[in-house]
Amino acid sequence: MSMLTKTGDASSRGGAGESSTAPLLEVRDLHVEFHTRDGVAKAVNGVTYDVSAGETLAVLGESGSGKSVTAQAIMGILDMPPGKISQGEILFRGRDMLRMSGEERRKIRGQKIAMIFQDALSALNPVLSVGYQLGEMFRVHQGASRKEAKAKAIELMDRVRIPAARQRVGDFPHQFSGGMRQRIMIAMALALEPDLIIADEPTTALDVTVQAQVMELLAELQNEYQMGLILITHDLGVVADVADKIAVMYAGRIVETAPVQDIYRRPAHPYTKGLLESIPRLDRKGQELYAIKGLPPNLLHIPPGCAFNPRCPRAQDVCRADVPPLHPVTEQDGTELPGRGSACHFWKETLDA
Amino acid sequence: MGRYVIRRLLQMVPVFLGTTFLIFIMVYALGDPVLAFFGDRTPDDATLAAKRHELGLDKPMWEQYVTYMGNVFTGDFGTAFNGQKVTELMGHAFPITIRLTLVAITIEIVFGVGLGLLAGLRRGRIADSSTLIFTLIVISIPTFVTGYLLQYFLAVEWKVIDPAVSADANFSELIVPGFVLAGVSLAYVTRLTRTSIVENLRADYLRTAVAKGLPRRRVITVHLLRNSLIPVVTHLGTDLGLLMGGALVTERIFNIQGVGFQLWNGVLRQNSQTVVGFVTILVLIFLLANLLVDLLYAVLDPRIRYA
Repeated sequence: MSMLTKTGDASSRGGAGESSTAPLLEVRDLHVEFHTRDGVAKAVNGVTYDVSAGETLAVLGESGSGKSVTAQAIMGILDMPPGKISQGEILFRGRDMLRMSGEERRKIRGQKIAMIFQDALSALNPVLSVGYQLGEMFRVHQGASRKEAKAKAIELMDRVRIPAARQRVGDFPHQFSGGMRQRIMIAMALALEPDLIIADEPTTALDVTVQAQVMELLAELQNEYQMGLILITHDLGVVADVADKIAVMYAGRIVETAPVQDIYRRPAHPYTKGLLESIPRLDRKGQELYAIKGLPPNLLHIPPGCAFNPRCPRAQDVCRADVPPLHPVTEQDGTELPGRGSACHFWKETLDA
Repeated sequence: MGRYVIRRLLQMVPVFLGTTFLIFIMVYALGDPVLAFFGDRTPDDATLAAKRHELGLDKPMWEQYVTYMGNVFTGDFGTAFNGQKVTELMGHAFPITIRLTLVAITIEIVFGVGLGLLAGLRRGRIADSSTLIFTLIVISIPTFVTGYLLQYFLAVEWKVIDPAVSADANFSELIVPGFVLAGVSLAYVTRLTRTSIVENLRADYLRTAVAKGLPRRRVITVHLLRNSLIPVVTHLGTDLGLLMGGALVTERIFNIQGVGFQLWNGVLRQNSQTVVGFVTILVLIFLLANLLVDLLYAVLDPRIRYA
């Protein structure tokens, strides 16, 4: 293990002792497009975010908002072609991963940055035992023997609280329940104690009680290893408990960023506001549930101006003409609200409404 | 698994009896074997009747079948009309055909899977389209055309090989016939592999394998091929049975004295004992090959369990 961390440190800690405060991962102005038969689908249009060690960033958005594509671009598992990163930088410990060689990136994958996928049943190889798939991490990255790898796999399964790990290490993915499978996915991501974990809707395929358990486990392990975590989700309920900060995405852009409590209390973008209002609440029982009207935009033809304008209750002429930049959000008197930003021409009005 | 195998073996009994009975009827429908025995000469009725009685051919069909099967179970497949024991013929023919089948199946695996993998990994590019065209050509041309063409050019024109395989039929002699025999099936294996590879390339678990930071070689061999070859292996299993019995054309062209050759001669000369004997063994091979495929399937794919 020590051998592995050494190489990472040498490249990143070169700066003037600011390694502890500098973000682990910085995505800067990332653009991803897909060249399809029908035209160019602009899936990600200038995403910028960062995560530090021990911090949890929740990326929120509907399907097709580009949250998963951004994650895949970070992981380097984007299907290229048809996908293409047309612009931007992805800095990991200050180095642009997009300029690295394939071999360099491969060594980061799994070892420094790991990913947890949505549907563990399809994300695990059906014909290989879970022990083999977990042990593979140690065998490939650390040159462990079959026997050592198996022992470590059992250890990992214990770590994510899979009962009777020793007996079940030779079982296949389909022999586990959904929650247990997701634990195995988490164990696999955790195997080499990476600096950053990207969890792409880790609880979507699970039922509600299991969802809570899995999220709890993830948060606990993250806290223990002081990892950075990017949590991709469309579930606002999941976010509130775990995340430190939130980035809301719409049509491939970040429309609002904020520390987690602020966004629930005072959203500064009409889209976020709409999302919050569409959560069922006990104190509004019996009333009709709010829904954002309209559909997410077609990525082949993103509306001009603000992409949200056709669905926005606040839309004016300016919204149909100019793309709003991510404004820093401040109080009415100009006091800065740290970490907050809104890509809305009318963020002031929204914040106080 | 054990109970499944026993059940399958028991199921084979009625299938075996049914198919052999059908073959029995078919052979007798071909014509009168006693007449064929005399060739161009026409014997008098008394001799015919005596010969029929001697061979037991005057008894009803079902009785003949029961007697025959009874003999088969004691290892007696009867005597061919030239006086040779049918088992003796088999002892000579089957090793040759097994060698030919091994050569053909190896060619199918090496070239079929290799080309399929290449085409699948380079989907939509030149390597893929050329493989597609190649397989299309191979599938469209009947075996006897490729067989005679290869024989003509390699043996007669360029004298690279002998036009006929010797009675020993060793492996090196069987390479060209093996290619002819494997041809069509090789094209199918190529396409099957390609389709399977393309499908599995899109699978989520393959993305996981890449995200784990595994080297490309390992992603392809351990994760991609292991899954993609499941349908291919089962296809090859059924092919094993087909190749054993279906080498008639190839064996004729290259004068290989294997199973197909003997069957051909048997049918041509209405040598009923030979035909029924060989086909009975082939039925058994088919049934066992099928069982093998089903069992192999469960070994390759842990999601399939037989109880």
